[in-house]
Amino acid sequence: MHCRVKSYNTMKINEIQNQIIEEFSIFTDWMDKYQYIIDLGKNLPIIDEADKKDENLIKGCQSRVWLICSEKDGKLFFKADSDAIITKGIISLLIRVYNEQTPKDILDSNLHFIDAIGLKANLSPTRANGLVSMIKQIKIYALAFAEKDVK
Amino acid sequence: METKNIVENIRKKFPALAQQMNGQPLIYLDNAATSQKPLEVLELLDKMNAKVNANVHRAMYQLSDEATGLYEGARERVRQFINAPDRENIIYTSGTTASINLVAASFCQKYLMKGDVIVITADSHHSNIVPWQLAAERIGAEIRILPIDGRGALRIDMLDKMLDSKVKIVAATHISNVLGIVNPVDKIVQIAHNHNIPVLIDGAQGIVHVHVDVQKMDCDFYAFSAHKIYGATGVGILYGKSRYLNEMPPYMGGGDMVGTVTYQKTSYAPLPLKFEAGTPNFIGASALKPALDFAASVREGEVGEAVKASEQEIIKYMLNALPNEIGEVEVYGLPEGKVSSQASDDTGDKIPLFSFNIKGCNAGDVAQLLDKMGIAVRTGLMCAEPLLNSLGVTSVIRASFAPYNTLDEAKKFIECVKRAKKMLM
Repeated sequence: MHCRVKSYNTMKINEIQNQIIEEFSIFTDWMDKYQYIIDLGKNLPIIDEADKKDENLIKGCQSRVWLICSEKDGKLFFKADSDAIITKGIISLLIRVYNEQTPKDILDSNLHFIDAIGLKANLSPTRANGLVSMIKQIKIYALAFAEKDVK
Repeated sequence: METKNIVENIRKKFPALAQQMNGQPLIYLDNAATSQKPLEVLELLDKMNAKVNANVHRAMYQLSDEATGLYEGARERVRQFINAPDRENIIYTSGTTASINLVAASFCQKYLMKGDVIVITADSHHSNIVPWQLAAERIGAEIRILPIDGRGALRIDMLDKMLDSKVKIVAATHISNVLGIVNPVDKIVQIAHNHNIPVLIDGAQGIVHVHVDVQKMDCDFYAFSAHKIYGATGVGILYGKSRYLNEMPPYMGGGDMVGTVTYQKTSYAPLPLKFEAGTPNFIGASALKPALDFAASVREGEVGEAVKASEQEIIKYMLNALPNEIGEVEVYGLPEGKVSSQASDDTGDKIPLFSFNIKGCNAGDVAQLLDKMGIAVRTGLMCAEPLLNSLGVTSVIRASFAPYNTLDEAKKFIECVKRAKKMLM
């Protein structure tokens, strides 16, 4: 099963989340679900070595995450990477949700798909893998760009 | 009775082992983090919580006497278990970490000055690093590290030279929670004592796998946790020689550690209570008696022999299977000399604890997949970041076995790791 992210994303955040939830609903076995996420992780474009610098790094105890954010025409673009493949797989889904969205839409959004597809533990604040911090960082970027627009 | 049957009988005492995790039979291989509790321990905890719950050392009524009797009875059991000379040498704490903090704070306050040195071993858990750093910072003292060699053994050959006149204490690990090899603590104590330097041993793992005789070892302090040796959480022990404990100032102040109190001045209770401020975890502590009774039972006689045989079988199997069946595996903490698969061969100084990495696989990824297969292992820094740095890694996977784990579980573990590796690569 292969999901292509449209390069010109007209879908809203919740539409994308619901699409992901539907895609995952075909999996009845944990291991099939994880294999799919692992494959997503393997297919996530590798970011430049140059971007893997400390200012883009979000450190967790169990894995590291790099996040790069840019803005164009009022929309935010994200690139991310991790040294853990399962984290990369989830990052791939997060980028699918957040990429090419406006700062306002990102700030207003409620991330519910991770829980709905049964991966809530991955976003537990006590799980020290950098994912929770990454999502916080995305919202911080959105806030910064939203305020910039206002000015 | 056959080894397999004996281990089965031991398993039956542990209700936690019969459960499922993520729809799979639980294979609990994180015993170095905490052990499961046998029925005897659970029953006492239940009984005391329900019926023998009265504060200790304080009251005149029978219920309090009963609770105090169980609490002090457990203290005596600890004294016997480690062959300490007297009750006054056994201090109840909330765990190994609290025990080491107590010594780091109190001993250093009494005996160290600016410019003095504390020696710790390179395989130390954070709980045997940070308390000393805090004390060193307060006093202006320095910390010196005794390094490890390529296989993870301590460089005992370097210890003597390291112990100059500025060194006031050596804090060494009995068995590293990452490397799983038994350090020659007798030798460490001997060398340190040649320089009149006292030694604290972090025995969190040591107490579980080695018969500890503190008088024979002649260590000055020995710290361990109840929850790792089948006891309750939130309880630990500090063994200390009287000559130091008597001189050391109290660590925490409050009820039970006092003699007479006025607003101007307070005198302190004699040992061991001097270091036991506040209402203790008397229910948890009392459970140390059945816990240590159980621990002793799996070391002695026919059962002890069977458990030893089972553990050796597991060690040999794992040391062979990790590199050969999974492939591209690095194991940290190798036993002295080669361990062959010959049944008659000893496993040397290796305990059934295995930290490893699979080349090209993130440890956390492997553990997440193992979790879904019902297997509980630990990954990450193991609370030993400096040690992992020196091994050149940022994370390891660790499987640690207890007497109730079986060779079948070890085989299942290897099978599941192979499956996880296949999914990830």
